[in-house]
Amino acid sequence: MHTRRKFIKIGSLGLGAAALTTGLANWVVGSASSKNSSNGSQSLAYGKKVATYCEVCFWKCAGWAYVTPNGQIQKIIGNDDDPQCNGRLCPRGTGGVGMFSDPDRLKTPLIRVTKDGEQTYREATWDEALNFIATKMKEIREKHGPESMALFNHGSSGKYFTHLLNAFGSNNVAAPSFAQCRGPRDTGFELTFGESVSSPEVTDIRDTRCLVLIGSHIGENMHNGQVQEMSEAIDKGAVIITVDPRLSTAASKSKYWLPIKPSTDLALLLAWIHVLIYDQRYNKAYVEKYAEGFKELKEHVKDYTPEWAYGITTIKPELIRNTAREMANAAPSVIIHPGRHTTWYGDDVQRSRAIAILNGLLGSWGNRGGIYFKEGIKVPEFPRPDYPKPAWSWQDTLNGRYPFAKEAVTNTVIEASIPAEGKKNVIKGWIVSGTNLIVSIPLKEELMKAMQSLDLLVVVDTMPMEITGYADVVLPECTYLERYDDLRATAHREPTLALRMPAVEPMYETKPAWWIAKQIGERLGLGSFFNYKDFKEVLEWQLNKIGSSLNEMERIGLKKFERKTALYIDPNDDFKFKTPSGKIQFNSKELQEAGFDAMPKYTSHPQPEDGFYRLIYGRAPMHTFSRTANNRNLVALMPENSVWVNPQIAELWGIKKDQYVWLKNQDGVVSNFSVKVRITERIRWDSVYIVHGFGHHHKPLTYAFGRGVNDTELVTHVATDPIMGGTGMRGNFVTFLTTQPKKEAKG
Amino acid sequence: MRYAMAIDTRKCVGCSDCVVACQTENNVPVGFCRDWVVEVVDGTYPNVSIELRSERCNHCNNSPCVRCCPTGASHFEDGGIVVVNHNKCIGCGACIESCPYDARYSHPEGYVDKCTFCIHRVRQGSDPACVSVCPTKCMYFGDLSDPNSKIVNVLKNRKHKSLAPEAGTQPQIFYLL
Ligand code: SF4
Ligand code: SF4
Ligand code: SF4
Repeated sequence: MHTRRKFIKIGSLGLGAAALTTGLANWVVGSASSKNSSNGSQSLAYGKKVATYCEVCFWKCAGWAYVTPNGQIQKIIGNDDDPQCNGRLCPRGTGGVGMFSDPDRLKTPLIRVTKDGEQTYREATWDEALNFIATKMKEIREKHGPESMALFNHGSSGKYFTHLLNAFGSNNVAAPSFAQCRGPRDTGFELTFGESVSSPEVTDIRDTRCLVLIGSHIGENMHNGQVQEMSEAIDKGAVIITVDPRLSTAASKSKYWLPIKPSTDLALLLAWIHVLIYDQRYNKAYVEKYAEGFKELKEHVKDYTPEWAYGITTIKPELIRNTAREMANAAPSVIIHPGRHTTWYGDDVQRSRAIAILNGLLGSWGNRGGIYFKEGIKVPEFPRPDYPKPAWSWQDTLNGRYPFAKEAVTNTVIEASIPAEGKKNVIKGWIVSGTNLIVSIPLKEELMKAMQSLDLLVVVDTMPMEITGYADVVLPECTYLERYDDLRATAHREPTLALRMPAVEPMYETKPAWWIAKQIGERLGLGSFFNYKDFKEVLEWQLNKIGSSLNEMERIGLKKFERKTALYIDPNDDFKFKTPSGKIQFNSKELQEAGFDAMPKYTSHPQPEDGFYRLIYGRAPMHTFSRTANNRNLVALMPENSVWVNPQIAELWGIKKDQYVWLKNQDGVVSNFSVKVRITERIRWDSVYIVHGFGHHHKPLTYAFGRGVNDTELVTHVATDPIMGGTGMRGNFVTFLTTQPKKEAKG
Repeated sequence: MRYAMAIDTRKCVGCSDCVVACQTENNVPVGFCRDWVVEVVDGTYPNVSIELRSERCNHCNNSPCVRCCPTGASHFEDGGIVVVNHNKCIGCGACIESCPYDARYSHPEGYVDKCTFCIHRVRQGSDPACVSVCPTKCMYFGDLSDPNSKIVNVLKNRKHKSLAPEAGTQPQIFYLL
């Protein structure tokens, strides 16, 4: 039988310490002495600027890494031509150099071994590590079939491992970005308009006259292009309406802030729909031409009046009416923003449907200032043999659930990795690339069970995130500043291509993911799928096909192409939506046929008991998930998170400003670490707020360890969306412990 | 010529990109900063407002830091930019004490450092690093004596304030309200 996989702390092994000093000797931020300058304002000599696109978040802004003559990356600046950033990176992108210079980086491959009865890691050569993986994968293929290998991924590197798995014969490829994040939104919009708003979102914010944010905190979520456009919209006098139990940054810039009772958003959305229809303020011409199911919708929302919603949401009927009118006045240049992280209460597809329906009623889809049509460049695929057809796939792990999941649901792939009597199609091996599942997956028990049952767990990352402690093999990837990568070909207002090339050679023993995937592939006899020596060859081949070259791209970084299709609906055209009937679906037959409500209905969600507060989590502009909490250039701006508490509640508890408390949730789970209290009028009395991504309990993250609290460890109640499998995480409640609980903080 | 900055508090989201960009542009050691972001919360839930503003040396017209500097290291450059000559600075810290805005810090290499309006960039015709990186474009840098400059324009058309005017330093950073 397989030995139980014990968590190993990489840092306690004293590995890679020597490498650290060699690689970092010349790298100290601020080391270039400015003593010699006469006015204290040295202008640094830059050796060269190198094309890149950012990998700190999924926005992937194109930019330039400036490298000093002695080979240090001094700064990263946005590419002026990139419509996704307009020459301005966000703080994380500007501080991306801290990802490269992080002293805690993974430095060498590690293999789990048992020494004196204790599990530990030993440093390994790449050959050893890769051979180990290939041997295990072959065993899995022989015993269980290639489908029993799965991949969890996030970010650019996922592509290479997806290719590897597809070539191997598996398409069990899942990403938390679907079932733990944007899945409900995408599904809700697909069911209504036939397509999703994709990423970067196709919201025409810069030309909008009214922007409605519901649980979306642009400005704190630093989705660069959107933040820039919101600012432009403010300049142009657009009306902003923000619905949030917390005075978010965006709320503070809004004409209307609706401080809603958490979990009641759907009631507000239905009341808005009611007002638009019954006050005859919806976009009649648009609805008649492009939508179907209006009659049913009108009947459906008959009783969802603002007065009804007031009792649920605590938002005054007048305010609901006024804001609905503002939207109508601006239509069709209005955006009810679809949001991004939408896994809240388990009826999230229905809430997203209500948002989509509102947009449909106002006619924003396909209109200037509403939602535009994206266009991108199709990059030809480098020649390869056909992928083998897997005998089963992630769809089979759904077992008849979540009929509208268009992407793999992490939860069911994890479930399929837990063996049970009579269970067919069990997953035996994982590759995890660029995602810290320990933090991103809320179903911790299942996750642990699955990981304990695997025959192989490979983790590829640049940092010793928590997940690395569970791996059989840890592979150190180089950062985005040290490698070539796939071309960025995201669709936007204008089609563009962006190049990422190495600014410097990879530090330590780190390697790019394309190389890792190719090496494993070759060892599995899949060499024909990796028919190139260097990824540069692939790029050169692709660029030649689309009328460019590596040479040109290295020089310009980003290339724009002419648009061939219309940005908005042409009113003279016979426009068809991508739904089965070609029309916007107010009344979804697809949902009905699958046994779900054809139109969104309000259902109430559990409320906190006395002494408990709803746990709301969100983002800070200088951090991305949990991956920047150790970035020295960014932590100075926000070293730890704090728990936001309303002053009345603080007084009730006798909690003082900056006091450290522990949080305990409704299931008795206590936070690993204590967290600083921020007493602020910006938060409702029935909720507390924390920024996601802190409270790391892995010591090798020497800076981030023990700083702040990790919201996801307190998310033990998960409400799963039956439509697509999204894990609703906003139904958790916490209370304060002002003295240290007995249980020792684990580390 | 009189360089100044106007910062739109209605657009600033407090992201601190201006801080990071300054650090990488000017080699400011991690843990120190030449500019920083302040959040002021006012009112009681739900009647609350926030002002966000990016702060730095005000390049005061009447600057106590220049006056009190015993070595002449702190001085005015063209356009009223207040600059510390690192070679002349003995690190006595008198200027740090005299500045009502806490705009200066002791550099670990033994001299006092602060915002230079990125004079090396300005002389080449570029905006300061913070201005050029700001995702919300909420900062305007320019010459107050040029009636056609964007900054003169925004200051003419928008209500604005400066910080601690009562200190009498005549600060040259203006906040649009
Ligand atoms: S938004 Fe910021 S972190 Fe995201 S890709 Fe752009 S610069 Fe990088
Ligand atoms: S970069 Fe701009 S938006 Fe961000 S904190 Fe600085 S001034 Fe404000
Ligand atoms: S803000 Fe402080 S350091 Fe800057 S000029 Fe005024 S007094 Fe001197």
